[in-house]
Amino acid sequence: MDQLVTVLIAMLGGAIRVSTPFMFVALGETLTEKSGRINLGLEGNLVLGAMVAYATSYLTGSPWLGVLAAGSSGLVLGALHGYICKLPKVNDIAIGIAFMSFGTGLAFFFGKPFIQPSAPQLDAIHLGDWTGNPALAQALQVNPLFFVGIIVAIAMWWALKNTKWGLIVRMAGDSAASAKAMGVSVDLVRFLATAAGGFMAGIGGAFLSLSYPGIWSQGLSSGQGLMAVALVIFARWDPIRAIFAALLFGAAGAIGPSLQSIGITQGYYFFNAAPYILTLVILVLSAGSKASAREAPGELSITK
Amino acid sequence: MTAETADAILPAKRSSSVRVLKLAETVAIPVGAVVVSALLFSVFLLIIGKDPLQFWSLMWTGGFGSSFSIQNSLQRAAPLILTGLAFAIPARIGLTMIGGEGALVLGGFAAAAIAIPLVSNVVPPIVTLPLMAAAGMLAGGLWIGLVGWLRHYRGVNETISSLLLSYIAIAIMNFFVEGALRDPASANKPSTLPIGDTYRIGSIPGTDVHWGFAAGIVLAIALWVLMSRTTFGFAARMTGGNARAAKAQGLPVGWLMVICCIIAGACAGLAGFFEVAAIHGQANASLVAGYGFTGILVAFLARQNPLAVVPVAILFGAIAAAGGVIQRRMGLPDATVLVLQGMLFVVLLVSETFYGRFKFFQPASSGDRV
Amino acid sequence: MSFVNLSRRTLLKAGAASLAASALPFGIARAQTAVVLGIVYVGPKDDFGWNQAHAVSVETLKALPGITVVEEENVPETDAVAKSMESMINLDGANLILATSFGYYNPFVVDIAKKYPDVTFRHAAPLWNKDTDPANAGSYFPYLNQAHYVDGVAAGLSSPSGKIGFVAAKPIPSVLSNINSVLLGARSVNPNAVVQVIFTGEWSLPVREAEATNALVDAGCDVITCHVDSPKVVIQTAEGRGVKTAGHNASQAPLAPNGFITGAEYKWETIYKAYADAIAAGETPPNFLVGGYHNDMLRNTAYGAGATPEAIAAADAAIAELKAGTLKIYKGTLKDNAGNVVVDKEYDNYDPYLDGMNWLLEGVQGSIT
Repeated sequence: MDQLVTVLIAMLGGAIRVSTPFMFVALGETLTEKSGRINLGLEGNLVLGAMVAYATSYLTGSPWLGVLAAGSSGLVLGALHGYICKLPKVNDIAIGIAFMSFGTGLAFFFGKPFIQPSAPQLDAIHLGDWTGNPALAQALQVNPLFFVGIIVAIAMWWALKNTKWGLIVRMAGDSAASAKAMGVSVDLVRFLATAAGGFMAGIGGAFLSLSYPGIWSQGLSSGQGLMAVALVIFARWDPIRAIFAALLFGAAGAIGPSLQSIGITQGYYFFNAAPYILTLVILVLSAGSKASAREAPGELSITK
Repeated sequence: MTAETADAILPAKRSSSVRVLKLAETVAIPVGAVVVSALLFSVFLLIIGKDPLQFWSLMWTGGFGSSFSIQNSLQRAAPLILTGLAFAIPARIGLTMIGGEGALVLGGFAAAAIAIPLVSNVVPPIVTLPLMAAAGMLAGGLWIGLVGWLRHYRGVNETISSLLLSYIAIAIMNFFVEGALRDPASANKPSTLPIGDTYRIGSIPGTDVHWGFAAGIVLAIALWVLMSRTTFGFAARMTGGNARAAKAQGLPVGWLMVICCIIAGACAGLAGFFEVAAIHGQANASLVAGYGFTGILVAFLARQNPLAVVPVAILFGAIAAAGGVIQRRMGLPDATVLVLQGMLFVVLLVSETFYGRFKFFQPASSGDRV
Repeated sequence: MSFVNLSRRTLLKAGAASLAASALPFGIARAQTAVVLGIVYVGPKDDFGWNQAHAVSVETLKALPGITVVEEENVPETDAVAKSMESMINLDGANLILATSFGYYNPFVVDIAKKYPDVTFRHAAPLWNKDTDPANAGSYFPYLNQAHYVDGVAAGLSSPSGKIGFVAAKPIPSVLSNINSVLLGARSVNPNAVVQVIFTGEWSLPVREAEATNALVDAGCDVITCHVDSPKVVIQTAEGRGVKTAGHNASQAPLAPNGFITGAEYKWETIYKAYADAIAAGETPPNFLVGGYHNDMLRNTAYGAGATPEAIAAADAAIAELKAGTLKIYKGTLKDNAGNVVVDKEYDNYDPYLDGMNWLLEGVQGSIT
């Protein structure tokens, strides 16, 4: 029983600690895909954002300035992607993968001097100190960016549903022809949505380098950006579900280490792969082809 | 993708002058893009205070400058041809399947696993190697076939399922390599039992390039024929252009998808087989080398054309081969090559927008194509 | 590992210096041509871990007059490394190659050494076999577990609970030996000490390393140490949790101003200095150069604020005994954590039996499968 509690607390902590970068990238990509574009290259934004945030925090002493700089670097990559993809015959998925290489390349190239130094980190909010349980207190040390992510998700969910801007984005994503008929510049909407998505992904990177695990190294992301883009499909283009997908993914990631810590050690490769296995199982079980087909933005090249 | 596919489906009988112009365009535009990206990267080099001329001459030296360099590039291209095909074939039917990495790893693992009883019973290489190749292709094919099946019959998006299955495939390989199938002698690098030198596939005679390169070229040609000269290929491309219309025509869309995925997985699995049989001699974590993911880029730059996959893969091989020389002679970090690749790919992909835009290449009659 | 026990022991007893007198042809020296040294790294040269430790230590070689050094980083353990080495030989004229990652050796270093008999190859792991491997290849390696033993001694006396957490990459002998040595070191001063291990499965995976550290702290460990490529995350996360730490590979002391005890560090410079001396004397660097504290190939990081005075005294004493060669780590009757007797006599610290270690001692919580 105690052991179960240990694992559950670890999963709670894991959900809070590990989910934030997935959350930001997935929310950014949700917005981009809602507008009918897909940017598979947010891994590049994430890694570049992580490096820029760390470097900025180290050089200026202000981690929040680092977050802003990370967002800006992501914004630039996203804007470039958005601009290029409006050219006829240019494939957005391919450009995304090219940008993944370009973004990580830039980050690795200019990030060399920042691997060894320690940069000022973002302060966490201590929500669990009253519990008197150190493991629980640690699990409930929450980075402000976690809440920012949730607020952005709720705002995005509401705005997509209830505002004119939201309607325009959805229309650009569902039917370019009818959006054009309404006088909406589809290219401009998608450009802005991709740039904003890039900004969010950059901030996700800042969380990695300035909060958890809180370092800059070339192995920092190991594909989290790519996975987060895939989670958007899993979350069926819904910002709120994207949050839950990220939380689930983070919690599942804690299963492997925490099972080992309570002595369940055999087959740790599979426990470590729990996030992928779990996501796949849920995907297969829940995939009513009708539901996902209904919710996918109609203009999306990946779902056609 | 849609416009190109439609273009390819209808190979209207064109006059030879039109064909020449078309060919000139398909050569001139990528060459122009390479030149533009080279100029852009030169600016980058100047900004960081390095000599672009030295850089480009070393790129040539390392990639193609000598017979050694050429063979180095070709050898590095070998797995990328196969993983490039693994992305390109499903792409023709409209699937964005990014799980080549997992199929390669699983294929390599299956090949090494089936070799264990065969090698220990001294079954001759002439029997063992084809069985290993078959096991690799079968494992990869079934793995990616599952992606296609899930997509069609369960509505599971192939991009996410193939990515997830990649991670799972790697976990499976690691589990067995460090557990049940571990060669006890492979102490510090857990591996399956080595197949031994007599079972290793050698090089193409007269070269230092392993047979995987030749297999890649043969397969590229075969798949090009399949995709552009057969009914199956026509049906697949039609499905890729418009799945709904294809279904309305009575095409077995589901099976087409599954078969394309099986072909893709078999290509990647074969790449895994060659990694084991020609390079490592056993399966271990070194199979996870990122070839599957690089193959995606290869396929895109080849515009999903199986034949074009070959030169693009060689270009990638050359960049990787020359990247080492650049590091050694200019003291630039490894990431330099990533930056160069990124720039090159973006410019090459952007260049696609110029097809049909230059009057010079357009015969008067083809102005209707956008 | 397919070691020939005899050759290994003889070599060790012979010591580093006399090995240099091997009768192997060393084309470089004879022809009076310049030495071109090629170095291959598996990760970035500035990873604040394994690769950086090498990159910093080769400076002694770079300082030699008339030597040209070419370096290539991020070279995976595939045919890429074979091709990189060949490229160094064919395009740069390299005649001495250092391959610094374990997985480079078989088949890549072995194959290329056979193909280029005039080039000298040295590989950073004790794998070279005198009888079966090419004569122009060779190995060098410090047995880091001795320094981890010292970590264990210091941790055992610095940990209030006696529960030490170990974040490990993969269950392979060189890692297992470090884990077991930490336990034996801690038990030498605190018979109730235990070590709890979590395997991440990868050499570098920062997020999972941080998760593993947190899980170990949550399980009650109050000293954390590790064996991963770049230990920065582990040490930093543990310090953030307010527990003590012991380092690995390089000095992580600045990362943990409150809890750092000491750390196990390689002194690659001793080996590279020996190579440099051999080259300067026109000789071939020794084929097999391994060791530990007794021949100055290891050090422990200067004690941090986490080390108690008793811990410092005991650790210093252990270092002195290791240097003198009087302290044997694996001795007596030891059982693994499944109850099988795995040690039934006193083993030399370099005994080949220990190279094949595939067990965790009783007192270590964890499993290698």
